[in-house]
Amino acid sequence: MRLRLEKRLDDRWWIKPLVALVSLMLALIAGALVMECASIPYYKAYILMLEGAFGSVYGLSETVVKAIPLMMLSLGIGIAFRMLLWNIGAEGQYCMGAVFSCAVALAFPDFPMAVMIPLMIIAGFLGGALWGAIAGALKAFFDTNEIITTLMMNYVAIYFLEFLVYGPWKDPTGYKFPMTAMLSPSSHFQQFGNTRIHLGIVIALVLMTLFHIILTRTRWGYEIRVAGENREAARYAGINITRNIILVMIISGGIAGLAGTCELAGIQHRLQHGFDLGYGYTAIIIAWLARLNPISTAIVSFFFAGLIVSGDHLQMSLGVGSGIAEMIQGIILFFVLAGELFLNYRLTFRKDRR
Amino acid sequence: MNHDDFLIVAIIAAAIRAGTPILLATLGEIIAERAGVQNVGLEGMMLAGALSGFATYRALLLHPWFCSASEGNTLWCLLGGVTAAMFCGGLLAFTHAFLAITTRANQVVSGLAITIFGAGVTSFIGKVFVGIPATGFPNAPVPILSAIPVIGPGLFNHNVLVYISYLLVPLIWFYLFRTRAGLHLRSIGENPRAADVMGINVAYSRYCAVVKGGMLCGLAGAYLSLAYTPGWTDQMSGGRGWIAIAIVIFSGWNPLRAAFGAYLFGGISGIQMRIQAAGALVPTNLLLMLPYIFTIVVLIISTRGIMRRIVSPPAALGLPYNREER
Repeated sequence: MRLRLEKRLDDRWWIKPLVALVSLMLALIAGALVMECASIPYYKAYILMLEGAFGSVYGLSETVVKAIPLMMLSLGIGIAFRMLLWNIGAEGQYCMGAVFSCAVALAFPDFPMAVMIPLMIIAGFLGGALWGAIAGALKAFFDTNEIITTLMMNYVAIYFLEFLVYGPWKDPTGYKFPMTAMLSPSSHFQQFGNTRIHLGIVIALVLMTLFHIILTRTRWGYEIRVAGENREAARYAGINITRNIILVMIISGGIAGLAGTCELAGIQHRLQHGFDLGYGYTAIIIAWLARLNPISTAIVSFFFAGLIVSGDHLQMSLGVGSGIAEMIQGIILFFVLAGELFLNYRLTFRKDRR
Repeated sequence: MNHDDFLIVAIIAAAIRAGTPILLATLGEIIAERAGVQNVGLEGMMLAGALSGFATYRALLLHPWFCSASEGNTLWCLLGGVTAAMFCGGLLAFTHAFLAITTRANQVVSGLAITIFGAGVTSFIGKVFVGIPATGFPNAPVPILSAIPVIGPGLFNHNVLVYISYLLVPLIWFYLFRTRAGLHLRSIGENPRAADVMGINVAYSRYCAVVKGGMLCGLAGAYLSLAYTPGWTDQMSGGRGWIAIAIVIFSGWNPLRAAFGAYLFGGISGIQMRIQAAGALVPTNLLLMLPYIFTIVVLIISTRGIMRRIVSPPAALGLPYNREER
């Protein structure tokens, strides 16, 4: 008997959900093993996590709040990944978006809401787009590895944000805390009901729909998909790769910048040390798990937001270190990646002919 | 020694100290990429190495066997830590190898999974180790060499791990470019099909290369937590893994140039710290950006024009090999 991998030629509908489910189960088991090694009761941990994220109105609303930036970041990353552009710099683009929006809000505190909010949104998009465009231009003109440039620019953006809140933008009345003054109320996003869910959810859902339409219904979306699957073929078909690389990075960065605007105007209302949430990597996982499909991205974002909220909940109730959510995300990605083999190939047993 | 000499010595020493972890990780990645497997999970493997190294060192130090804290005993504990770090780095790399080679997953995404997992699991388990002081590897001046003026104290007054990295650079260069095994390794990265036809076991060799790379990354992590800044702090690798990937490209997949790049980088961070300590007019946060901007600039230069021809990546880098497909 011999184990063989064969290319899967048939396409059965139940394979994808089955593989996804089995991968997820195995990931949770592996997570339990790690927790067991760290002598944390895993069953209690999992129950606490489920409760924390989905078990109460508060938990659920917090999950939605966290899903807003995640969804935008992963939508932005997803469109870049479509063109096989590895934009690892969502975090930096997010910071720059927030910085630009904050600049608007600080410069014109007296603007009415109807002017202020559109201005902040435009500024946020531009901030992120600028950061994305730099990496995009370097890639398009010099073929510089975009993984490294986008990543390095994360650090630059984070330090720039810190420079601002420690230096020129520091609230003079804020004692010694590294933060800007509270932004004027006209810059605050509308929040719904008693929750912290804000206008950002509308923006995120609009973007999701827009991306879905662009990718499936427009010529440009088609160009992106072709350029991602086979760059040479795209070039022969007359698609302008250079222009598309820069354009995609502008959009990708701009959306990440918008996520920064939403977090600033919807939740934090000021820039401060530690403003960035460290969602950059999580968003990459989401984009990949959702197979770069905008609608799946929204759904996966919601579950990963739940994972983050439940990680925080666990951290508070069991007193364990942070990072548990990240750890489980990593494990899930391991198993999903391994599971992808079974989408493209099938295992067969074969008798050796002798 | 006059003041100028003193400054030069200090800068050289700082460049070496800050450059060593980057160099070790870079060497590891060069081995893996020469075999055609890209592993962008250096950051995660470094963190895993740093934490497991420190945790093992602590555990051994508190163990009754080593209770009498003589100098020799401490050294054994440190070496135990280094071994554990290399093991953990190798283990994570093995996971990457499995995903990238056996299941033919996308190597960038798999590497990112390693990074995320490494960062998450270490901050999760490492919480209890935060703030525990440690002695770390002592400085051990090399007897005769350290007496050479200027260069001596700059290059040969470091800890054992630095000397190991000195040895590894020519050794790995020799292995890659002057031995049969190295030739095979490179052929796998350039043209796995031809290598396969020659009778080289592509998958096995790739596994070995990736695991070796991971072990070196673990060693880099151990250097951070047991020598550079003894102790464990969350996310202590601070982007060094990513910088190492940039230096791999800058080096043209050559260990000798990698040493140059890593120390250049170490020198920049050293100078940045010196300016900071001198209380310069430029705010700290802007100075902290320097190494990262520098990395981008170096990357642009090394992928342009004449450099482009010298430094081309292994042809099969990042592509899974399947002998049944063409």
